[in-house]
Amino acid sequence: MKPNRYILWGMTKSTLIHIFLLSVTLTCLFPIFWMLRCALMTNETVFVDHSVIPHQLHFGNFAIAWTKGNFAVYFLNSVIYTVCVVTGIVLISSLAAYSLSRLKFPGKNIIFYMFVAAMMIPLPGSFVALFVLMTKLHLANTRFGYILCMINVGLSMSILLFKTFFDKMPQELEDAARIDGCGKLGIWWNMAMPFARPAIAVVVIFNSLNVWNEYILATLLLGDSNLMPLQRGIMVFQGANSTDYPVLMAGLTMAAVPIIMVYLFMQKHIVKGLSSGEVLG
Amino acid sequence: MDRKTKDASIFKDNLQNFLFVFPALSIFCIFYIYPFYKMINLSFYDWRGIGPMHWIGLSNYQELMGDHLWWDSIGHAGYITLIALTFQNMLAFALALACDREIRMKRFYRLVFFIPPVLSEVVVGLIWNWILNPEMQNGQHIGMLNHFLFTTGFPQLVHDWLGDPRTALTTIAIVHSWKGFGWGFIMLLAGLQTIDKQLYEAAKVDGAGSWKTFMNVTMPMMLPVILVVMILTILGSMQVFVLIIAMVNEGLVNHTDVPVTRIFSAMQNTNRFGYACAEAVIFGTVLIGISFISKKLSDKARQV
Repeated sequence: MKPNRYILWGMTKSTLIHIFLLSVTLTCLFPIFWMLRCALMTNETVFVDHSVIPHQLHFGNFAIAWTKGNFAVYFLNSVIYTVCVVTGIVLISSLAAYSLSRLKFPGKNIIFYMFVAAMMIPLPGSFVALFVLMTKLHLANTRFGYILCMINVGLSMSILLFKTFFDKMPQELEDAARIDGCGKLGIWWNMAMPFARPAIAVVVIFNSLNVWNEYILATLLLGDSNLMPLQRGIMVFQGANSTDYPVLMAGLTMAAVPIIMVYLFMQKHIVKGLSSGEVLG
Repeated sequence: MDRKTKDASIFKDNLQNFLFVFPALSIFCIFYIYPFYKMINLSFYDWRGIGPMHWIGLSNYQELMGDHLWWDSIGHAGYITLIALTFQNMLAFALALACDREIRMKRFYRLVFFIPPVLSEVVVGLIWNWILNPEMQNGQHIGMLNHFLFTTGFPQLVHDWLGDPRTALTTIAIVHSWKGFGWGFIMLLAGLQTIDKQLYEAAKVDGAGSWKTFMNVTMPMMLPVILVVMILTILGSMQVFVLIIAMVNEGLVNHTDVPVTRIFSAMQNTNRFGYACAEAVIFGTVLIGISFISKKLSDKARQV
């Protein structure tokens, strides 16, 4: 009867493992479900109706948040910031990484180690000085200023990631392009960038997540509500309408859904990026 | 080609190559190096953000030494970090071990566990703030958790989780762990998958049980990854901030203060820029110390 017992034990074991995994899955998904559920209720029913699925679905909160809650502006701002910052980071960091990896000039190593060191040294309070600087430069409360600050945040990690890719690029590729008459910029754009496509994907995804979810600098630098991104706008809305939970939940849904969608479509790259350890330095 | 033109062309070449780095370098110098210097510099001044600056030497630091709210706030961050290190990382490791085998729906689990980490701290904080809502209306609990506890027969557990100083920090730490365990899970799972399966086979042939295999094969192989996860957990949890203001917002009082909220409020609420910078310098030094020690430890572990 020995094999039978083995099978039985194996089955119990895998059932237990599934119960464990499923219960964690449930705790992961439940708060998000709860946010959606409450976004679909009215201010009257949300305090009274305790059923898991509300009796009446009410979609008006999204419209209220979008117009009266100013979320249309916040949402657009978040899109602008994310697109500008990520484009900026990809271009600037890949240019720098290309030069640091394939080209020669004096002081190159010092510059590279400076970027590496910046990644290792946490600067939790530098936002105080950054705020002072931005005010002095008259860049506080401007889109441009915020974008520049956010580009700086993602720069070191992206340069490191691009450099590890460019280091692996075969010399023959570069030589072939040079024979075809490409200049340095041409090689960077036509050869190196397509070669580093996986790195671009990782840089784009991680920086998009980071910019979309950023809060501290947006709070410090952007006081004008027409310039605020979503995360900041949500807190402003919450401060002004602290009891209007359904509309607040609708606003949270608008901030969460795009990022979840991006994640679901791109999760292969996220796992790859995290697993390669390159993101971590 | 004579020497002069050759030198000139080398110079031109170097300059061209340098120009590639120039945009990155200038942004880095303006937005990283300068604030770094300015932060240290300002910490020696008494300054209200505008108006005259008074050089006061080490007075800010002296005051900071006796500021028990500040040291409490470091203790709070340490407490959250401790829970993240134990509870969150053990959960992540257990989940990674459970997924590192032929198991159905493996990809689904991996997909779901990384959803909380991609959400913003504002969103996570406000959702949990709503779930943990302590208020009552018409004799009913409006917060989902308290309502659930009440109706399932645990009315004695109904509690103002975030308002009570005894539970606030732990509640925050648990929500922080909820948001964070996915990172550790993905990294640990990736680490487990790089372990050569032949090692497990060899251990089995030698007659090692699962516990022995775990202690003698899995743990030593995983040590570098575990250390990396621990370093990132420490640095991430010590700097937790947005989650806290999203969760307790109005009721932001001293028992949920962490260093970054102290720095923020010294700057925003009392306009003491110099003092805020002194706090930032001390906190930065603590973090650099931690990451330096952890780096040394992980280098040592990698050599073994």
